[in-house]
Amino acid sequence: MQRSFFKENPSVLWFLAALGLFTLGVTVLAEATGAGLISTSFVKTLGKVLCLCLVAIAMDVVWGYCGILSLGHFAFFGIGGYAVGMWLMYARTEEIVVDSLSGRVIPPTQTEISDAIATQIFGVVGSSEFPLIWAFSHSLVLQLLLVVLVPGLLALVFGWLAFRSRVTGVYLSILTQAMTLALSLYLFQNDSGLRGNNGLSGLQNIPGFEAIPQSMISIIFFWASAVALAAGYLLFTRILSGKMGSVIRAIRDDEARVRFLGYHVESYKLFIFTITAIVAGLAGALYYPQAGIINPAEVAPIASIYLAVWVAIGGRGRLYGAVIGTAFVSLLSSWFTGGSAPNVNLGFYTIQWTEWWLVLLGLSFVAVTLFFPGGIGMIFDKLARASK
Amino acid sequence: MSALLELSGVSVSFDGFKAINNLAFQINEPEMRAIIGPNGAGKTTFMDIITGKTKPDEGRVLWGEKSINLIGRSESQIAQEGIGRKFQKPTVFENQTVRENLAMALKNPRGPFDVLFYRKSADGAARIEALAEEINLTAELSRQAGELSHGQKQWLEIGMLLAQDPRLLLVDEPAAGMTPSEREKTTQILVEAAKTRAVVVVEHDMEFVRRLNCKVTVLHEGAVLAEGSIDHVTQNPEVIDVYLGR
Repeated sequence: MQRSFFKENPSVLWFLAALGLFTLGVTVLAEATGAGLISTSFVKTLGKVLCLCLVAIAMDVVWGYCGILSLGHFAFFGIGGYAVGMWLMYARTEEIVVDSLSGRVIPPTQTEISDAIATQIFGVVGSSEFPLIWAFSHSLVLQLLLVVLVPGLLALVFGWLAFRSRVTGVYLSILTQAMTLALSLYLFQNDSGLRGNNGLSGLQNIPGFEAIPQSMISIIFFWASAVALAAGYLLFTRILSGKMGSVIRAIRDDEARVRFLGYHVESYKLFIFTITAIVAGLAGALYYPQAGIINPAEVAPIASIYLAVWVAIGGRGRLYGAVIGTAFVSLLSSWFTGGSAPNVNLGFYTIQWTEWWLVLLGLSFVAVTLFFPGGIGMIFDKLARASK
Repeated sequence: MSALLELSGVSVSFDGFKAINNLAFQINEPEMRAIIGPNGAGKTTFMDIITGKTKPDEGRVLWGEKSINLIGRSESQIAQEGIGRKFQKPTVFENQTVRENLAMALKNPRGPFDVLFYRKSADGAARIEALAEEINLTAELSRQAGELSHGQKQWLEIGMLLAQDPRLLLVDEPAAGMTPSEREKTTQILVEAAKTRAVVVVEHDMEFVRRLNCKVTVLHEGAVLAEGSIDHVTQNPEVIDVYLGR
C-alpha cells in the first residue's frame, strides 16, 4: 500500500528529498552543529520560513484544491502561537519568580508564587490576576492540546455556519477576513487576558532548556519545523490523492454538480476547512518560539492576504508550489525589508526597497494572476512533463 | 401498481411568474417518459423541484414505496435516494480523467470519511470498465474529460448517471449538439436503461422523441397540456396550437 502511495504521488519523494537535503545542508553550515557559516538568527529565519510553508500548504489545500478562498487562515496560525506562548511565558516566569523568592527564610506559599507570576506577566496591562483563559497555562500538554483544539473548534463552528448557509466565493472571503479582524481587535484590548498590544514575549527562552545555547535551540526548532512540514505534506498528499482528492477538486470546479452526485458538499468543505485550520495552528505553535514574540498585529487581516499571495505566486493547486512561493517570497521580503537590498537611484528619485517592496510584491501578484496562473510551480510541472 | 414518483398540486413562482402551476405527474418503474414543451413551459424548473434545487411554494413530491416527501430534502440526500440528473449542458469534471469522473459517481458511501478511507476495489474497477463499454468510452478512460468531444461528454455524463445506479434518471436534452450516429447510440443507451429504471427525458427534438417510442407528456405554462403516445399528442389540437400557433 505504502509503495503504491509513493508511486501514485512521485512528487512527494522529490519534495521529501529536497527538504531533507536542505535541512542537512543548513545543519552542516550552522553555528551550533557545523561550520558556522549560517548565523543563529538566519537559522531561525529559515525555521520560520518552514513554518510559513506549512501554513501555506494548508492554504493551498483549502483554496487551490477545494476552492475556498479563506482569507483568515492566519488567525488559526496566530491562535496556535498564542496557545504555546502562554505556556512558554508562564513556565519561564515561574522559574524566575521561584528563583528570586528562594533566598527567603520562610519558603513562599503557592499563592504567593502564583500572585508574583501574575504580577510579572500582567503588570504591563495593569493587572495582577490570571484571566480565566490562562487556566491551563501551567501545563505544556494541555496548552499543546489547545493548539489543536481551539483552531479546530473555531474552524468547525465558523465553517459550519458559513457553509450551511451556502456562503461562497467573495462573500466567504470577506467573512473570513472579518473573523481574523475581529480576533485581532479583540486581542488588542488590554483586558483580553493576553496582554493587549504587548502580546507575549520572551518565547525564544524555552523553560527547562536554559543550559542549551540559542544556537542549538534554533537548530532543534529548525529540525522540528522541517519534520512538521514533511508530515503536513504527507498528510495533505494522502487526503488529496485518490477519491477524496477527486471529490475535493470536483467541489472546486462545480459544487452544484457534486451535490447532484449525492455528495454532501458542506461536510467536505467543513472537513477541509477544519483540518487545514488545525495544521495552521500547529505551524503557528512552531513559528512563534522561533520568532520570540507574538502580538495581535500578527493576526491582522493583511497576514492572511499575504498567505494567499504566496500561494498564488507559487502556483495554487500544487502543494510544492505553495512551498516554493512562500519560501521565495518571504525570504525575498526579509531581504528587501531588512535593508540589505541596494537602493536604486534614478537621478530624480531614489527607490528605497523598504518602502517599495510592497509595491513590487503587489505588481508581481497582479502579473502572476493575469499572465502566469500556474505561478512558479508551473516551471516544475513543465520539467516533470519534459522528463517523461 | 404504485408510482415511483408522484407530484401533485405543485406550484412555484418566481417574482410573480408562475413557472409551475398546479402540476400533477407520475412515473412508474420501469418506464421511459419523454417530456416536451415550448421554451418557458417549466421543464427545467420541473427537474429542479424533483432534485431539490428549487423548493415549490405548494404541492407534494412523493417518492418510492414508502411515499416519502422529497420537499425540504437537500440535493445530496435526494441524489442518494436514487434520483440522478443529467444537465442540458454537459457538466463533467473537465480537469479529471474519465475514470475519475466515473469513480466519483459510482454507488458507494458518500460521507467524507468513507471517501477518505475508500480503497479501490477490483469490483469497482470492473464496474467502471463495464460502464465505459456501455457509453463507448473504453479507449478514453485515462484521458482528461475536458479533451472529449461534445458528444462524448454527453455520454460520460450519462455514464456517471448510470454509475450512481439511480432508480430514476432525469435527462435534460441528451441529444443536443450530437451527430446522427451519436444520437442513435444515445437512444440505445437510454432505451436500455429504461428496461430496469424510470427514465425521464426532456427533449425539444420531436424526431428523437419519436425514436424513444414511449409515453409523452406535454408541458405548457407550467402544467400538463396533454399526455399519451407521440402520435396521440401531436394530433391534439391544443398541442398543435401551442407549438405551431405562435
